[in-house]
Formats: sequence, structure tokens, C-alpha cells
Amino acid sequence: MRLLLFVIVSVVLMTLDQRGQQLEPVRNLVATVLYPLQYAVNVPVAAGNWAGENLASRKALLEENGQLRQKQLVLESRLGRLNELEAENRRLRALLGSSDKVSDRVLIAELLAVDMDPFSRQIMLNQGSRDGVFIGQSLVDADGILGQVTRVGPFSSTAMLITDPSHALPIQVSRSGLRAIAVGAGSVNLLELSHIPNNADVQVGDALVTSGLGRRFPPGYPVGKIRSIERDNGQPFAKVLVEPSAHLERNREVLLVWPASERHVDDALPSLSSPNTAKSGRKADG
Amino acid sequence: MIRTSPQGGGVVFVTFLMALMLTAFPVPSWAEIWRPAWVALVLVYWCMALPHRIGVGTAWLLGIVLDVLSGTLLGQHAFALSIVAFITLKLYQRIRVLPVWQQGVSVFALILLYQLCLLWVEGTVGRPVSPWGYWSCPLASTLLWPSVFVLLRGARRRYRVA
Repeated sequence: MRLLLFVIVSVVLMTLDQRGQQLEPVRNLVATVLYPLQYAVNVPVAAGNWAGENLASRKALLEENGQLRQKQLVLESRLGRLNELEAENRRLRALLGSSDKVSDRVLIAELLAVDMDPFSRQIMLNQGSRDGVFIGQSLVDADGILGQVTRVGPFSSTAMLITDPSHALPIQVSRSGLRAIAVGAGSVNLLELSHIPNNADVQVGDALVTSGLGRRFPPGYPVGKIRSIERDNGQPFAKVLVEPSAHLERNREVLLVWPASERHVDDALPSLSSPNTAKSGRKADG
Repeated sequence: MIRTSPQGGGVVFVTFLMALMLTAFPVPSWAEIWRPAWVALVLVYWCMALPHRIGVGTAWLLGIVLDVLSGTLLGQHAFALSIVAFITLKLYQRIRVLPVWQQGVSVFALILLYQLCLLWVEGTVGRPVSPWGYWSCPLASTLLWPSVFVLLRGARRRYRVA
């Protein structure tokens, strides 16, 4: 019976795809054939944006230009301060004997306006292996971590957002240094911290940054702010919800980050166990 | 009426291509779960209209393409579409003589089954699924069935696909 045959093949394929990477060549082949179709779907949206940008009135452009100038002025003054801090940081690190943090290399990628499976949070980018994108690469925007690359084709790649329910992100609370894992809650704009004890040092409004543990994401990028904490004494762990700081649903351009160097990732580990972190780490264990 | 040479394969191909494009077309995130199962609708139509040409094999291949397009597990849509095609082929003689709105009821059942197959796989790999996810897609698909049916029938008659 043909149906039985096809069903069995499907189930075998799904199992293989869930367990390993053997099917990636097949997927890449089909994806390459499909790229023109996805490109075609993207065209009307891109054309709309293009028209919007080109038909904007002179006055609006002048206004925007003025705003951008002001913003650049503010940012430049802050950048000057930041450069100084970076230099100071490097000096202090040199004193401590740990290697300095070189700024990471980035590449701007544009989202293809292509919708994917509504039950997972994935996006498609217009850069692929041709541009040096690799699996596991981190994706950020101006305000924080967006996700990581899960599949790479020659011209395009797929990334999983941090709000996907199967995504976990190692984070650190910047105020207390407490480390935790942020798991996607599956809804549009929500993360959940897993296994936070009821007496852990977290507060609503605490800012979270990537911890760099797990060696997937570069350390120190903003992740989000704690939105709510439910402490129930009957439950072993508190329910901590986090609002991501990156604009997960509104971006057109995102940044792909290359880690500064392999050596640098290793060095990031000892730098995390500062006295502050160790203290609150113990508190969290107790 | 069985003709000696099958013709109009291009039309079938183009309609499937359009269904795939509609599946990938961007909509706001609240509307995502209300997206009709375009590919399944077009597949059901062609299974009823050309049961001697379109069948489980076509459905399976389409499903693989759909899996790659939507980034799901390879085989997930293939599995669901094969089952839909199989049942449509078993029942096409009953369904295609019905008036369009009664066909809609059968289409609702077929797309619901399709959605259940997809969500069953999602659940097996451990993804949470909102309760609306079960009903929104079959409802939207049923509401759109009459227009899909009329359009595709028009295309079939115009280009004499057999």
C-alpha cells in the first residue's frame, strides 16, 4: 500500500531530522531550489518599503535628518566615553593578566519577508554560507540578542529566535551576577527563567545580559528586563518572566556577530567568576 | 472521460507554486494562525479533479517542499499531506458531486485532520501549541474553499487540464 510506504518514510525522515544532521544536504538542496520563490515573495514587501522610502516628502526627510544628526552627536559623545572606558578596561585586564576583549566583527543581514511555521519562532536572513555565516552564530540588533543561526544555505540562512520554546540562552543578572538559563516561552515577546529558587536575588526590572557560558553567545550583550516574578512557597522554583530588549518582531535589519577569537571565548570563563558572581551563585544554590 | 495524453501539467504546477507562495507570504503575527492551509486546499481540489494523476506521491513531494519552506521537521507536512491525499482519493466520487458548501464541510474535516497530524508531531517533539491552533486554520480554510474551488475550476476548464 502506497500510503503506508509514504507514512513510514515520513516518520523515518522526521526521526532522523530530530536526532541528527544527516538530512542537512537534502534540506539545503531543496532550499536552494526554493530560494527564487522566497525571493519572489519578498519582492512586493521590499518594493513597498522602497517606494515608502523614495516617496517620502522632502520635509519629512529633512526632519529625520535633523533627528539623526542630534542622535549621532549624543552617540558620538557617549562613544568617546566608551572608548576611554574600553582603554581603561584593557589596562585593568592587563594588570589582572587576562586577555583583553576585542570588539566583535559583525555583518548586517536583512530579513527576508517570509513567514515560516507559526508554532516556532524562526526567521529567514538574506546572507548564507557564501557570506561566511555559520551554524550557531549569534544574531543581535541595536538593543540586544535576537537569536542564533540554525541552518545555513548558500544564499540564505534560518535563525531561531530566543523566544522559540526550544531555545535556551545562558544569562546573567547584571545587578546581582546571578546566572540562569532563559528559555523561550513560545509567545511573541516573552522569555522564562528556568530553575530560579524562591529566595534567589532577582527583582522586577533587573536587566539581564548574556553570560557567555555555553560558548555560543558572546558575553555581555543585553537580553532583556525581568517583567514579573511569582514566588509560590508550594512550588520549588519561582516563575520569572522576562521581556526581551531586542525588537523581535519589528526588525528588518539584524547583525550577525563573529566572536572576536576562540581564545577570547575561553578567557571569558574565568572573568565571570568575579567575587560578586561567586557570592550570589552560592546564594542561589542555598 | 479519460484522454490518451495527460495535459495541463503546467497549470497544476503553477497553482501549487502559488499556494506555496501564499504560505510564505508575510502577515502580521496575530494573523499567522489564521492562515489557511493553501497547499492542502489546492491539493484536495486536484485530487478530486484529477484522481488518476494527482495522488499520495505528489502530496508527499509537496509536503517535503513545504517542510523546507516553513522550517519544520523534514517529513512533517509530507506525512500530513499524504494522509489528506489518500482520504480524498478514497472519497472523491462522493465529495465532488456535492454542492460547494457541502464540499466545505468535507474540506473542514480534511483540513482538521491535516492540522491534527501536524500538531501531533509538534506535540511529540515537545512544542507547546495554543488551543486556537487546532481550529483557526481549518475554519479559515473552509471559509476560503468556495473561492479556491471556483478559481481552480475556472483554470481547469480554461486550460482544459485533464
